[in-house]
Amino acid sequence: MEKRTDKNSYTILFAIGMVLVVGSILAFAASALKPNIDENKRLEKQQNILYAMGVNDNEESSVAMISTDVVADKFSEYIVKQLVIKGDDVRVDDQAYLIDIKKEQTAAKSKSYERQLPLFIGKKEGKISYIVPVRGKGLWDAIWAYVAMDENMIVQGVFMDHKGETPGLGANINQRFFMDDFIGEHLLDDSGKFVGINVSKGNADPTNIDRTDNAVDAIAGATITGDGVSAMIRAELKVYSSYFIHLKNN
Amino acid sequence: MGLFKDSNLITDPLTDDNPITIQVLGICSALAITAELEASIVMAIAVLFVLGVGNVIISLMRNIIPSKIRIIVQLIIVAALVIIVDLILKAFAYQLSKTLSVFVGLIITNCIIMGRFEAFALANKPWRSFLDGIGNAAGYGVILIIVGFFRELLGSGTLLGFKVLGDSIEKTGVYAYGYENNGFMLLAPMALITLGIIIWIQRSKNKALIED
Repeated sequence: MEKRTDKNSYTILFAIGMVLVVGSILAFAASALKPNIDENKRLEKQQNILYAMGVNDNEESSVAMISTDVVADKFSEYIVKQLVIKGDDVRVDDQAYLIDIKKEQTAAKSKSYERQLPLFIGKKEGKISYIVPVRGKGLWDAIWAYVAMDENMIVQGVFMDHKGETPGLGANINQRFFMDDFIGEHLLDDSGKFVGINVSKGNADPTNIDRTDNAVDAIAGATITGDGVSAMIRAELKVYSSYFIHLKNN
Repeated sequence: MGLFKDSNLITDPLTDDNPITIQVLGICSALAITAELEASIVMAIAVLFVLGVGNVIISLMRNIIPSKIRIIVQLIIVAALVIIVDLILKAFAYQLSKTLSVFVGLIITNCIIMGRFEAFALANKPWRSFLDGIGNAAGYGVILIIVGFFRELLGSGTLLGFKVLGDSIEKTGVYAYGYENNGFMLLAPMALITLGIIIWIQRSKNKALIED
């Protein structure tokens, strides 16, 4: 005798019911936990920005953010000003670090939209840092970074991260050996023109002694992620270069 | 009786029917995430939750699941549970969820879970299925933690992030006598070799486990 559960009509009804039940449970869980997750992401942004300007708990070769317990205090202590640049207009905005870079990049594709560019000014032991968030594409998914520079666009520190680069290869862009190579690198060439920093495979400078060559050493086996980092720095930091020229002239 | 008569469902997977060392399931995640003890422990707890709860759900539904789509139903249940675990980690252990995010997704395809659903929960009552789930997840977790312990200790000289062997830069502790961390322990091949050593020890203690 055929079992009740073997009928096609039962199978279809069961599938529909199952999808409805599981779907509503997941939707409920996602919306119930969203405030917590958003808060975590907000604190992470603050940690990343502070990391780039050198406020972190790094020891030897580890990457250590300052603890989430103190990050809000440290953020208001070290970040003295947050700016939003839009065309020639520069305004102060305490929430500038919450600007969604991805949305801005998408919106800026239409000509009528002028992109909002956040810039954070930090001050640590008398040294001024200009920190900007950048975002680009790696091999599999998004990569992003916070770059801290001085007024001559010389890099003071970077923090990089990625969504899904290959573990052990491209994923290593968030490791110290790669990120620390950028410190001291010049984004401008000798004549003061913006050229960016190239993640280079053949620059004959593997220990990165020459800091003015606009190049750092690439990670073996992670060519496309490295090219993504170069392209991200070139395209996304260039849009800030007019601000730095303006800064110098005043 | 009742409560304890099925205790072999928990003890067997811990010893002579271990899912990793005997059935050789779930190797992928056992190699991937055991570079640190902390990640191993969290992965073990996550699998314990998913397999324990999942087995009970499948067992409760075993008489109403249409046999034609039972694999899909199992997948949906395990995927839903895993997404819930992921959301909870993101909300309450954010830093950890970033390191684990790839592997939390891997739980869905962990063959131990699908294997226990299909082989046990579909044919047994909820309590027995629960014990079976807990037992297999614990058997998986124990191996993960042993491998994670040795890899973190020998590879980084730390345990749960604490420098138990001294400071490798300032040359304190055992480093003062010329000891060096073995960076190779942090890579996947050494995880496989560590696992192989565990399997070797287990089979040399119980010759009945050796296949021809």
